[in-house]
Amino acid sequence: MAEKLKLEVSDEIAIKVESMNKWFGSFHVLRDIDLTVNRGERIVVCGPSGSGKSTLIRCINALEEHQTGQIIVDGTELTSDIKNIDRIRSEVGMVFQHFNLFPHLSILENCTLAPIWVRKIPKKEAEETAMHFLEKVKIPEQADKYPGQLSGGQQQRVAIARSLCMRPRIMLFDEPTSALDPEMIKEVLDTMIELAEDGMTMICVTHEMGFARQVANRVIFMDDGQIVEQNEPEQFFRNPQSDRTKLFLSQILGH
Amino acid sequence: MSGESNSFVRKEMISERIPPAAERGLFKWVRENLFSSVFNTIMTFVSLWFIYSIVVAAAPWFLNGIWDAKTIRECYDLLDGKSGACFAVLNERFPQLIYGFKYPSSEYWRPNLASILLLFALAPILFRKLPRRLLAFSAVYPFLAFWLIWGGSILTSVSAFLGCVIAIVCYRRFSSRSFAIAVLISLIAANVWWIIGGYIVDLNDSVLALKDVPSRDLGGFMLNLLLGTIAVCLSIPLGIALALGRQSGMPIIKWICVFFIEFIRGVPLITLLFVANVILAFFFPPGTSLDLILRVLIMMTFFNAAYIAEVVRGGLAALSKGQYEAADSIGLDYTQSMRFIILPQALKISIPGIVNVSVGMLKDTTLVSIISMFDLVGMIRGPILSSTDWNGVYWELFGAAAAIFFVICFSVSKYSQWLERQLETDRR
Repeated sequence: MAEKLKLEVSDEIAIKVESMNKWFGSFHVLRDIDLTVNRGERIVVCGPSGSGKSTLIRCINALEEHQTGQIIVDGTELTSDIKNIDRIRSEVGMVFQHFNLFPHLSILENCTLAPIWVRKIPKKEAEETAMHFLEKVKIPEQADKYPGQLSGGQQQRVAIARSLCMRPRIMLFDEPTSALDPEMIKEVLDTMIELAEDGMTMICVTHEMGFARQVANRVIFMDDGQIVEQNEPEQFFRNPQSDRTKLFLSQILGH
Repeated sequence: MSGESNSFVRKEMISERIPPAAERGLFKWVRENLFSSVFNTIMTFVSLWFIYSIVVAAAPWFLNGIWDAKTIRECYDLLDGKSGACFAVLNERFPQLIYGFKYPSSEYWRPNLASILLLFALAPILFRKLPRRLLAFSAVYPFLAFWLIWGGSILTSVSAFLGCVIAIVCYRRFSSRSFAIAVLISLIAANVWWIIGGYIVDLNDSVLALKDVPSRDLGGFMLNLLLGTIAVCLSIPLGIALALGRQSGMPIIKWICVFFIEFIRGVPLITLLFVANVILAFFFPPGTSLDLILRVLIMMTFFNAAYIAEVVRGGLAALSKGQYEAADSIGLDYTQSMRFIILPQALKISIPGIVNVSVGMLKDTTLVSIISMFDLVGMIRGPILSSTDWNGVYWELFGAAAAIFFVICFSVSKYSQWLERQLETDRR
């Protein structure tokens, strides 16, 4: 196991979620969620499927609407005001399980589209930024190809670069390695670790417990739409408190 | 084999050889496609015999065809009892078939020029590789074509064009504030200009004036082409807007679009054309009347747009939800995500459907003959067949009409296949 990442966390609050509730129809997916994320924190969210962890981070950039409670991102409260939503989305990067690259655009165009049209950055500059981040995720040579020509791991790294091109202050990862072949998981995790080393605020839904140990400064365990337990990774893995957590950990670490 | 060694070393490499004669070229194709089994061999011969009999039966009719005669009786005299076509009617009535029977013959150059320029206007839209600056001509073309075909002072077209430019400038200016306000302001500005422009045009109605040709004098294939081109060009953007409206989260917009689409799709085109011809007049105050061609165009555009909307909706539904979410997550607003992410992909999927509907629309323009407009079919059924000179030349006339439409529709479908292949390059 690689060395544990030691990084300072500032006192500044990046995300504040307060008694937030969400329903899908009559199904209560998220129940009284309270969560404060400081700038520079790396949080790993885990839990059984259907526990609401993806829904939670999708609420943070308003891909899902919450019904009661408050979500404040970067000092802006998420309401139904579309201007606020667009502003928060341009500050918060999101990486999806299935990459969701734009198949009709080249890799470079995937990365420059939002900076050019949302940030109004000149094309030349946007392309330079894009190349910078493509180099950071180690695939600058693929810039002129189309997503369909890349492997899953490469596509996911492009997706990370695409988010970074907007120079977000917070990154959300929704099971970024779950759809990848085993030999490609490492290249994506390495990219994410590098990002953490740069001090990015990250919330990461993942089952990669090695990654959680190495990078996270807090692990959150969710079940049945609520936060059941949260702790530092060392404590969380060595000494889980709740029975649900113990059961979950025994299931995913048991083999 | 017990005494022999299992080891083997090749002394000389085998050089490349061509496949045996039976496995290459035409011979292979014929064997595999025409004579691959007893049954297929029989079918091949039956088909060959069938094709042969059709050719033998039809050839004399074409070969004996008379191209030069004044009337059908002269034709029959020249044929002298032989079987043969009387293509002379196409020759003699050519202007009527193409331009209708009222368009002044001294002005035929105008629709001719307009249709040649149409090719130049369409080229940059149809072929992405051409320089984008040519699109400026495509933008001017509708106004130019109006002036050429209908005549009158060029100021009418110029004024209409300037009104559109003013609307676009106003929209650009105010679109950063609010979409609705920008649209409202640009509509008001354009209409104010058109009113002012109308007075100016009335005062100087002889500037570069071409002879006026009223709408009722248009006819022949020109009318089909005009109706088809305009209806298809207008209905594609309208159809896309309807499809997006149908997906809208705003209930009123959604219901309007759903009602419009379902209503138009539930009514036959002929009924809509009758509505355009007869009933629409009741809704206008007495004395005012919209041009018949304009009324027909509106109905055809609506009709085609409703179908295109459903095709595009299919394309939108085929995209994964992830594409919408990814576009949202990088901060694109609704217009941007539609323009750059959703529509390019959805329209690509919709191309075969849009072309299918539009080719249908091109052919359906002949239905206007039923509301007594003299398009190509209207000319044939009306003035030509009912004249004593050519009463009874059905095959040649309708055959020619079919051939003209086939050439156009087949080219359109070939173009769409080419376009699909062009856009396919970005997958794998």
